[in-house]
Amino acid sequence: MNPAVVIVIAVPALAALAATFVREVRVQLGVLIATAVVHLLSTAVLWRDGASAPATGLIGLDALGLLVLSLVSILFLAAAIYSVPYLRDGTHDEAAAPQRFVPCLLAFLAAMSLVTVSRNLALLWAAVEATTLASAPLIYFYRRPGSLEATWKYLLICSVGIALALLGTFFLGVASTTPAGDAPGLGIDEMLAVATRLDHRWLRAAFVLVLVGYGTKMGLAPMHTWLPDAHSQAPSPVSALLSGALLNCALLGILRFYEICVASGDAVFAQQLLLALGVASLLVGASLLLGQHDYKRLLAYSSVENMGVIAIGLGIAGTATYGALLHVINHSLGKAALFLLSGNLLRAYGSTAAEDVRGASRRLPVSAALLTAAAFAIGGSPPFGPFVSELTIFLAAMRGSTPWLGVLFIVLLGVAFVGIASTLFPMLQGEAGTEPHRPERWLSILSPAVLVLAVLALGIYVPSGVDVLLQRAVGVLGQ
Amino acid sequence: MSGADFLLAALIVVALYMVSTSRLAACVRASALQGVILALLPLALEWSEGPRPPSVHVAVLALGALGIKAITIPWLLRRSMREARVRREVEPMASLHTSILAAAGLVGLAFWLGREMVSPFPVASPMLVPAAIANVLLGFLLVVARRQAITQVVGYLVLENGVFVFGLGLAGQQPIVVELSVLLDVLVGVFVMGITINHISQTFDHVDTTALASLRE
Repeated sequence: MNPAVVIVIAVPALAALAATFVREVRVQLGVLIATAVVHLLSTAVLWRDGASAPATGLIGLDALGLLVLSLVSILFLAAAIYSVPYLRDGTHDEAAAPQRFVPCLLAFLAAMSLVTVSRNLALLWAAVEATTLASAPLIYFYRRPGSLEATWKYLLICSVGIALALLGTFFLGVASTTPAGDAPGLGIDEMLAVATRLDHRWLRAAFVLVLVGYGTKMGLAPMHTWLPDAHSQAPSPVSALLSGALLNCALLGILRFYEICVASGDAVFAQQLLLALGVASLLVGASLLLGQHDYKRLLAYSSVENMGVIAIGLGIAGTATYGALLHVINHSLGKAALFLLSGNLLRAYGSTAAEDVRGASRRLPVSAALLTAAAFAIGGSPPFGPFVSELTIFLAAMRGSTPWLGVLFIVLLGVAFVGIASTLFPMLQGEAGTEPHRPERWLSILSPAVLVLAVLALGIYVPSGVDVLLQRAVGVLGQ
Repeated sequence: MSGADFLLAALIVVALYMVSTSRLAACVRASALQGVILALLPLALEWSEGPRPPSVHVAVLALGALGIKAITIPWLLRRSMREARVRREVEPMASLHTSILAAAGLVGLAFWLGREMVSPFPVASPMLVPAAIANVLLGFLLVVARRQAITQVVGYLVLENGVFVFGLGLAGQQPIVVELSVLLDVLVGVFVMGITINHISQTFDHVDTTALASLRE
């Protein structure tokens, strides 16, 4: 096994431990950046060596895991760099314990990395639950009643949801046991090896439980109720990770079971369920984007909408699977950029209410320009990446047996675009007001700028390395 | 009736008691009792074919369940209760009578599902699947029908215990590292929830979660 697979978990975990003993925030930030760089370099090594899953063992990396791990790694470095000015100057006045921020963030990284390399379904579950526990204190960073409410809902709803996913995991264990009592265990590879003889009744029940369980964590409607609260109350770099990295980890949990369903010949059942929840999420997300007055909640509902897009792509299957996985990348990069930029607005205006923010183009010219680009990107307009991935899914729907689905898809995406544009764009226009302006700092702009450029580049062409990885990930899903 | 059957039946009875009481201390004590039952269950399942010394795996699992579910978690919950100074469930979302009626229905549903979902292999006890599903459903009922944050955590534990029972009944055992990390997750989960409850009681001066409803459309 490639040692880099162990490094991406062990280094953040040890760094988290080390950071808990350091009280000096400046030193903690050094540890944070160093760990983020090591993590990204290890991920780069894994890219170079190519991901190949071992036949047995608890951890290993396949194309699907590498896809999610890469996004986690890139967004983590982006969020870490952004956090430096965020923590160093007075933005944490209200926070009673800024020292907790870095250790929790690093533990969160270790847990997310473990999700991507788990080759055992029970270990995968434990890792997903660990992401909840590591990120809950981050949501409560500001110690306001609102963030406390968001943290409680997040902890309780996600823990209960995820417990159902564990039940589903055990159901799969029953499905794989022979009448003589021989069981392959809960290893993904072992399960795939016996997929053709799985008991279909238990397998289907398992998939339903897992879809509801991990779907809660992924923010699929109607289990999404905690998401807008948590994503809007968290500090902006945390929101970027919750939305851009963590939702993909929950998706990966569902995809592992989807993989097994496909291998056992029960693909259509799984696809229909994904489609149903995807349409529900797109519907709920798009309609709540309309008339949303809190711009961070707006971004959170846009995540629900985009998770719906991904689930619909997976549900349509065939060529739409490629579109769905490409959309995973596009949404992560674009939404992380938007959340980081929303942090710049929040710092300048001190409010998440859209009507309190006016004249951002004059007051924060760079952030405002990037926000415009990122909003067009997430809204699905050309020449940005999400346009390509959504078009791929749309075309697959129109070519398939369900053209009505394609029409519904495009109409709801239009509604979502109107919702995003009608809230965000008025914030940029108008007079800047008379308050003293603080100049924009380059560390607050660097990360979102790189992410916006990446999402633009993906709209113009998909680099061959990314294309190969996506093709192989589609292959893992048996499409 | 074998020892395992008896323990599984007791698990349902204890969960029903939790639904029927409004006293938090009783609820927490009952959840510790469930922890003891869960620690005995791996041994009882192992001995269903005659007594023999437990394997290392079963011994570790039993000790882990005892230490975490019967001792540490109830201790954490009692500490939260003390700090939040709550004793009873005041005006639950659903009245106790409604809850008890619903609970009876859910237990019936669990036994029906246990009969419908025929296991492809012979399970150690006919009570296993019904007891697991009954605890999952009753735990869910506690989470949604109660307002006190602590009772909701207890509900989560009952649900989690149901899942744990189901995992025990699997013929293929998991690597012990995996089983322990699942147990550890629950422990850390309750720990983090306990801290959050302390913050709620400091901020709002109570832990009634209906006060946590300012974030909405």
